[in-house]
Amino acid sequence: MSQVTMTVNGKEASGNAEGRTLLSQFLRDALNLTGTHVGCDTSQCGACVVHVNGEAVKSCTMFAAEAEGAVVTTIEGMADADGSLGTIQQAFQDHHGLQCGFCTPGMVMSTAALLKDNPKPTEAQVRNYLEGNICRCTGYHNIVKAIMAASGQDVEAMAAE
Amino acid sequence: MPKDHGIGASPKRREDVRFLTGAGNYTDDINVNGQAFVAFLRSDVAHGRINSIDTSDAAAMPGVVRIFTGADFEGVGGLPCGWGITDRHGNPQQEPAHPVLAQGKVRHVGDPIAAVVAESESQARDAAEAIKTDIEELPAVVDMKAALADNAVKVHDDLTSNLCYDWGFVEENKAAVEEAIAGAHRVTTLELVNQRLVANPMEPRVAIGDYAAHSGDSTLYTTSQNPHVIRLLMGAFVLGIPEHKLRVVAPDVGGGFGTKIFHYAEEAFCTFAAKAIKRPVKWTSSRSEAFMSDAHGRDHVTKIELAMDAEGNFLAVRTDTHANMGAYLSTFAPAVPTWLHGTLMAGNYKTPLIYVNVKAVFTNTVPVDAYRGAGRPEATYQLERVIDKAAREMGMDPVELRQKNFVTEFPYETPVAVVYDTGDYNATMDKALLIADRDGFATREAASKAKGKWRGIGINSYIEACGIAPSNLVGQLGARAGLYESATVRVNATGGLVVMTGSHSHGQGHETAFPQVIAEMTGLDESMVEIVHGDTATAPMGMGTYGSRSIAVGGSAMVRATEKIINKAKKIAAHLLESADSDIELKDGNFTVAGTDKSIDWGSVCLAAYVPHNYPLEDIEPGLEETAFYDPANFTYPAGAYICEVEVDPDTGQVSIERFTAADDFGNVINPMIVEGQVHGGLAQGIGQALMENCVYDENGQLLSGSYMDYAMPRASDLPNFDVDHSSQTPCTHNPLGVKGCGEAGAIGSPPAVVNAVVDALQRNGKNDVTHIDMPLTPSRVWAAMNS
Repeated sequence: MSQVTMTVNGKEASGNAEGRTLLSQFLRDALNLTGTHVGCDTSQCGACVVHVNGEAVKSCTMFAAEAEGAVVTTIEGMADADGSLGTIQQAFQDHHGLQCGFCTPGMVMSTAALLKDNPKPTEAQVRNYLEGNICRCTGYHNIVKAIMAASGQDVEAMAAE
Repeated sequence: MPKDHGIGASPKRREDVRFLTGAGNYTDDINVNGQAFVAFLRSDVAHGRINSIDTSDAAAMPGVVRIFTGADFEGVGGLPCGWGITDRHGNPQQEPAHPVLAQGKVRHVGDPIAAVVAESESQARDAAEAIKTDIEELPAVVDMKAALADNAVKVHDDLTSNLCYDWGFVEENKAAVEEAIAGAHRVTTLELVNQRLVANPMEPRVAIGDYAAHSGDSTLYTTSQNPHVIRLLMGAFVLGIPEHKLRVVAPDVGGGFGTKIFHYAEEAFCTFAAKAIKRPVKWTSSRSEAFMSDAHGRDHVTKIELAMDAEGNFLAVRTDTHANMGAYLSTFAPAVPTWLHGTLMAGNYKTPLIYVNVKAVFTNTVPVDAYRGAGRPEATYQLERVIDKAAREMGMDPVELRQKNFVTEFPYETPVAVVYDTGDYNATMDKALLIADRDGFATREAASKAKGKWRGIGINSYIEACGIAPSNLVGQLGARAGLYESATVRVNATGGLVVMTGSHSHGQGHETAFPQVIAEMTGLDESMVEIVHGDTATAPMGMGTYGSRSIAVGGSAMVRATEKIINKAKKIAAHLLESADSDIELKDGNFTVAGTDKSIDWGSVCLAAYVPHNYPLEDIEPGLEETAFYDPANFTYPAGAYICEVEVDPDTGQVSIERFTAADDFGNVINPMIVEGQVHGGLAQGIGQALMENCVYDENGQLLSGSYMDYAMPRASDLPNFDVDHSSQTPCTHNPLGVKGCGEAGAIGSPPAVVNAVVDALQRNGKNDVTHIDMPLTPSRVWAAMNS
């Protein structure tokens, strides 16, 4: 065990980690940030996506020790300063882009990364970008709609083909 | 103008706020003080005799608290099966023992052999790897027909064979069906596979056992769709804990799709172990473990025959199915290929004679049980595929052949023992054809052709039976449980309501939709109503959520309890307003004496119930809390028509879904936004089955598709936007809301629509010999069919 320190959602956070402790485990178990979910063990599902130094990362693909000194943002850090839902979160609620909610933190974190690089993506770009995020509930229709809406695009036309 | 309140409105989901901010409370988010962690050692062979298990090295590993094996569970009950089928000859199904940890033999890859409890999860896993086992590998049976051969290896030595049951339905019709088929103008035959699937809710299963030595109370936190069912099954049949000493909590649950209905060994283990070591015990499944321990779905091999006269009128249907049970009987497994499948073989059609034969078979594979649709997708798939083939053979339009045979008068009693109360299959078909713009298909086909793609259109109509009931009937059919639902409505002194429901939400949005019903009934705002579920300590005995039953059965129970509340509140209001009960009206949250301006608000009446100073104590009790148990008179019958258009790449066999239209009749709809979301999700799972998903074992019983690297889950780029419509509404006639249920429709109706479309694309392009391709329609399978 060794101590690992990083900045998480704007605050310094420390905890003990084994060499093999994954960042996802560290966030959940050492820091009690249970919004980051683990849905698989092969880095396929994307429920554990967080931002490390501004980049979207599957936190199950990275050791906690590798994040020493890093700036990490999780779903718990995505609301606006006053605690209300951020733009992406609000769009997911407005367009019913979640059902069971388990994949949702990863979806929101991936969306934030997408829109940072590509503020007005096409629908095809959104669908391709979500290649690393699996949702079993929504059929993606309303997730795609929410992401398009979060990017400020008109989504009414999307309801039908 | 859409409603903004009550039934038919689409308020934003209140549960979303916690899910979107990381504040959800899923089972793995729960940590109990002092907890230890469990790792299971699971069989890596499909079939083997356990000669010895040596735990001595493992027990000396760091952090190990205790190691359990099957020997610790001698004298403890096995996992029970909740449904008993009687076979064609009046005999009960063969029902093997299902120990919590393997005893004597292992019977599938993933069968738990031993469990390590340790101070940390990684220490538990390390120690599990250090357990030494001597397991003599035995030949495995994987293929169902081979499992029924005379000299087949037996999965269970104490059973007479690998046949669980040989079910005939309706047995009395067998001879008449044979006669009708022998004398028919045409009999269309199809052999097909409804492949094994893995439900794959995104949240893996978790169980936490806790034991309070001071009181002898046990608590289980678990990822379940029905905590009361788990409490009853585990308490009464496995561990012998009376229900008042056992609490089961299923908090936020990350999807279920059927696979979290069942009582699993890990739940019993954690509850048992917590008591044994006097510490909380937590197990979190990895996805790899989930693939080899969650109950699988489907896995039917079927031959169906459809007999018609010269005009295309359906005369008879005969179907012969082998259904894989896996190595043990999961909780409701025997019901899926029988009562949830055979009773749906009439589909939307007035076929006068039907005979269904199902042979359920034990194999060395993971147990198979209900997965979204459960039996109804299997029925719909074979029927709608054979009808499509028949239309081609008869030279008829596939829509025309269906419409010619649609049931049009209701109630309609099918020859497979169910009564459709209401429906309008032409309405949903017409709606689907309109939205899908079938008339414009030729233009789109030409455009595809210009790109070098083959376009096809697939038509399908489906019916399903939801909210299985009534309990006395299902008892006769073999259910070892009732299928009612419960609700307690508690009105607080200041007027707010708490509804404790036996229904369980794991994505369905009950916390938002259920209050809409109460708002409609009382005129109060939805924000006055809180929904509590998922904890046996708070909710009355309930049967949980599956089979699209929540609003039809659980919602109806809530309506009945709320009616009792309103009746009592009217009596209190009548007293306070010095009027007769019968003159009191409740509107917009106020009680009014009819025809006068005398009124009193909701909150004042509630306060009077709890501060009964001016109160008719001689006539009615104080307080305002009512419970209702609702047992439906019949199933509900959602139905609809689905149309799929595909493009097939003739060079690669790649299929792309270009358009998908779903026109459903769910009866009345409480929250259209949620209903549409349910259909979208069902469509994705059905299209996933049609094109991608396949759970594969090799001939030795090794699971080849044991991770998301190998089992193809549909991703965003695999799916189109969906056109969904639920404006055709024939309300259910026997529940108070007129609702039918919507959770499974998409998964039931979509696989045949997709396969019909791909076969159509090939037929339109000269591949006239291709009448069927088995799912999943991967590029290699489609290419092989095109080039055979």
